[in-house]
Amino acid sequence: MSIGTRPLRFLVDLDHEQCMLCGRCVDNCSYGVFRMENNRILISSRNCVACHRCISQCPRDAIRIEERPVDYRNHPVWTAKAREDIYKQAETGKILLGGMGNTLDYPIIFDRIVLDACQVTNPSIDPLREPMELRTYIGKKPKKLDLFRDPSGDVQLKTEIVPNLQIETPIMIGHMSYGAISLNAHISLARAAAASGTFMGTGEGGLHEAIFPYQDNMIVQVASGRFGVNIDYLSRGAAIEIKIGQGAKPGIGGHLPGEKVCGDVSCTRMIPEGSDAISPAPHHDIYSIEDLKQLVRSLKEATEWKKPVFVKIAAVHNVAAIAAGIARSSADAVVIDGFRGGTGAAPTVFRDNVGIPIETAIAAVDAKLRAQGIRNEVSIIGSGGIRNSADVTKLIALGADAVYIGTAALIAMGCRVCGTCYRNLCPWGIATQRPDLVGRLDPDEASVQVSNLIHAWTLEISELMGAAGINSIESLRGNRDRLRGYMLDETMLSVLDIKPVGA
Amino acid sequence: MCGIIGVIDRHRELMDGSTIRNALAVMDERGSGEGSGYVAYGIYPDYADLFAFHLFYDTLGQPKTQVEELLENWGMIEHDEEIPTCEQPGMRKVHIPWRYFFRPNRKLMLHSSTPDDDIVTRVVMEINTTIPGALVFSSGKNLGVFKASGWPREVADFYRIQDYEGYIWLAHNRYPTNTSGWWGGAHPFNLLNWSVVHNGEITSYGTNKRYIESFGYRCSMFTDTEVVAYLMDLLVRQHHLPLNLAVRALAPPFWDEIDRMDGHEQELNRAIRLIYGSAMMNGPFAIIVALEDSIVGFSDRIKLRPLVAGTHEDRLYISSEEAAIRTMEPAIQDIFMPEAGEPVIGRVIA
Amino acid sequence: MAITKIQAEGIHYTRLNQMIRKAAGSGAEEIILEGVMGQRFIADGLTGSVQITIHGVPGGDLGMFMRGPTCVVYGNAEHAPGNTMDDGRIIIHGSSGDATAHSMRGGEIYVRDDIGYRGGIHMKQYQDKRPVLIIGQEARAFLGEYMAGGIILLLRRGRNDSFSQRGIGSGIHGGLIMIRGRVDEWYLGVGARKHEASKDDMDLVIPYIREFCNLFSEDPSSYLSSVFTCIRPASARPFVNKYTWE
Repeated sequence: MSIGTRPLRFLVDLDHEQCMLCGRCVDNCSYGVFRMENNRILISSRNCVACHRCISQCPRDAIRIEERPVDYRNHPVWTAKAREDIYKQAETGKILLGGMGNTLDYPIIFDRIVLDACQVTNPSIDPLREPMELRTYIGKKPKKLDLFRDPSGDVQLKTEIVPNLQIETPIMIGHMSYGAISLNAHISLARAAAASGTFMGTGEGGLHEAIFPYQDNMIVQVASGRFGVNIDYLSRGAAIEIKIGQGAKPGIGGHLPGEKVCGDVSCTRMIPEGSDAISPAPHHDIYSIEDLKQLVRSLKEATEWKKPVFVKIAAVHNVAAIAAGIARSSADAVVIDGFRGGTGAAPTVFRDNVGIPIETAIAAVDAKLRAQGIRNEVSIIGSGGIRNSADVTKLIALGADAVYIGTAALIAMGCRVCGTCYRNLCPWGIATQRPDLVGRLDPDEASVQVSNLIHAWTLEISELMGAAGINSIESLRGNRDRLRGYMLDETMLSVLDIKPVGA
Repeated sequence: MCGIIGVIDRHRELMDGSTIRNALAVMDERGSGEGSGYVAYGIYPDYADLFAFHLFYDTLGQPKTQVEELLENWGMIEHDEEIPTCEQPGMRKVHIPWRYFFRPNRKLMLHSSTPDDDIVTRVVMEINTTIPGALVFSSGKNLGVFKASGWPREVADFYRIQDYEGYIWLAHNRYPTNTSGWWGGAHPFNLLNWSVVHNGEITSYGTNKRYIESFGYRCSMFTDTEVVAYLMDLLVRQHHLPLNLAVRALAPPFWDEIDRMDGHEQELNRAIRLIYGSAMMNGPFAIIVALEDSIVGFSDRIKLRPLVAGTHEDRLYISSEEAAIRTMEPAIQDIFMPEAGEPVIGRVIA
Repeated sequence: MAITKIQAEGIHYTRLNQMIRKAAGSGAEEIILEGVMGQRFIADGLTGSVQITIHGVPGGDLGMFMRGPTCVVYGNAEHAPGNTMDDGRIIIHGSSGDATAHSMRGGEIYVRDDIGYRGGIHMKQYQDKRPVLIIGQEARAFLGEYMAGGIILLLRRGRNDSFSQRGIGSGIHGGLIMIRGRVDEWYLGVGARKHEASKDDMDLVIPYIREFCNLFSEDPSSYLSSVFTCIRPASARPFVNKYTWE
């Protein structure tokens, strides 16, 4: 090819003075960067994806990885990425795919919002000694309460409340399928969800029998491919979630490559081994809002109206109106996934350019549902690029009932966000089906790490709430008065319905 | 979004509104109780040569005075009255529906071959964009739209549509997504003798809207469906395309199909796509359009929305669901599914 | 045989399904529904082996998620009968709407007359489950779109021209579409290839043709003596060549 070799993404360097030739780097690197020859470790830097598995295992800190040691001539328009994408497409004529979430440098709105704390006029509440309530019920609530007096004059409930999910922290674990991630990863997350009093999504990969013990904490997904969906699957979950779209790739479907469809994955998805699992772009029974209502109700009919049904959409321009339509469909919760949401693989042009940030989407959806008087009848779950407890707190104050975390939970298990999930070579045993690699992830340890993360964030949320003088999460939800925008323009402040700092 | 049904009687035999009310209610699953509506042709025989304006007033003060001033500027109000309604427990009467029978003064539109229609179009656009608290939702001759937020049965009983008799009826059960369920957002949409009911979402709305507005139409209903009425008016009334070719412009064949057509056919279809590319409607839709002498139903060209049709004696039925048609005519035998993008046309004889 | 009759006219589908479950639960072998008019979700998620005989027009998603029962419809069915069905049978003495047998994973659907657009879309198969959709007359465009497994058999009763609906098997990556008569190459979708049915192909479908004719009291001989066109995936991975990694 006349384009020739491009500069190295990463230069891997070994301090031979430090190296004791233990060979751990050779064993651990699934990308083939290291090999041992004649008692010396040789390096192919071009294979490196910066997953840092070698660094994590090197007992002598002998490995150094440098990003872009030789870069392109700096140019503000023709960035290195712009040039490399063109080289790649000039060579192949194909659509570019990439892993993880949005890589473009859009401003992060979370970081331009600050939280409030009490001073003098009301006391902050000390969560170390005072009661703090983070319990939330996800699901449909009737518009009003109907009571009656029984013959003995006691007040009785006339209203029947449909099943809700009770969560003890506003943090849930989002849908990542078994297939996209390993069984050990799935087991770890499921255990963590159960231990934390929260729920986890199955993704569109069916339910492996190893997860059955945790099924009461699972939200089973029904996506366009209908993989693994049958009446048993629907009945096992605590709730059912219809996936319409995902923040990393709104408007398109997904393909799980055949090489990731091993025996077990084939069983849970109920498709032949090695065949591509193609999830079409739309559900072929949903081409319109009334069709969504029909799918929601078909799931409710199938499970005799015993399971809450959630609907997940990507945050797109018209998200508020769409969510309002969903709220009327008998759905119990709307899940909104912002444009920073993660993925195993997505066309980069979608990942980086389609959709809107979760902060604005939640604000818009909450406002629209309130304007239509139906906010209290449906729950809102936000996701897509939630990095810490402050993001969770801000999103709830903007109007979410709860959040889904995805990438953060993977990072808690060791993921370094190298973004090469699609290669089935994840050396952390997370985004791979290769048994030797999967074996590296110990569910006993990983589940504790994920639980720890949820626990730590939950503590921080309690602290933040306490500082704001709030001891129950209901009082935080939609409480935009406790947020201020810092260096946000007026239109953005009005979309978020928050005041600027100082006001 | 929604469920639709339409019927035409080829001999202009009149039907009262009670059966279409029940047929529309069979499709309640397709709606959300936030908008239902009906249009009937042939209901005002005593004023058949006048334009029947149906308006929603927020109050009867200022908006009504302004509307009447405007109408008197452009012609004469021969009769007007409140549209009789009967309050329904599940509905809130947020507007006062009023009707005018209006005769335009065609001397005021000298350089036009269709002065009456042009005046009415202009007056409708002006009221809907400049007079707050007034909205014209029906402006044809010998026809009337009856719509509101509510379920099909409620809206039908609110207007007592069983008291109206028409030879064409269209009806619509709405599940809104673009705008919440306000009365003006309910279907049918009407301009002059054009009425439209629509199931789906027009993804080309931004293009269609800008195109149609360049011909002087004003989109004022905040929803995609109204462009269909205006596009049909433009293509058929102003550009004189036959009905089937107007539909072809809105839902044209694919280029690879055109490439396979024979000489003349190819030339014609290529020309339609070239000239009316901005009128082409994209996205999922099933639509029924009515005119004083015909109805036409069609879906998008890849059939993303359901549409069935049926004939029985002198009547053609078109609907989202067969069950709705059978509710109107239990004895019907001939039920068929129209081809994607191909119009099903019913006309009155003479 | 234990038969339960239900007058379905004006009954909401949730109530109707409750009545069906109750009847099936108390040992009914056949449940006859009279006056069905657009009720959706009949037999949704139902298991067991009961037969449900439906007079009228069942609404969308008849037999969705169903595993085991048989639904016999005297009339037309609306859209997506057999949606994500697991096992059992749907026999329609009439026609059905768009997306018939959508994502069906097992069982059999027999439609005496026509089906709408996107019939058999994303049907799949797994282990011993191999869904079959058999249509007596005609199908519309995008037949077997995204098909991942199972069999679609289109008999085109009374027709001798070649089948000309676009997008047949578009994105097909598993399974088999068999159409009586010829099919012009132009009408095949992305990733579909065709060939004339071999004896093995015919042997595979002859039992279904016989069963179809048995159900609808037809003579199978004209079908059995016809030439069929098979449409199969050109590759199990139709879209793999569209993408490259960042």
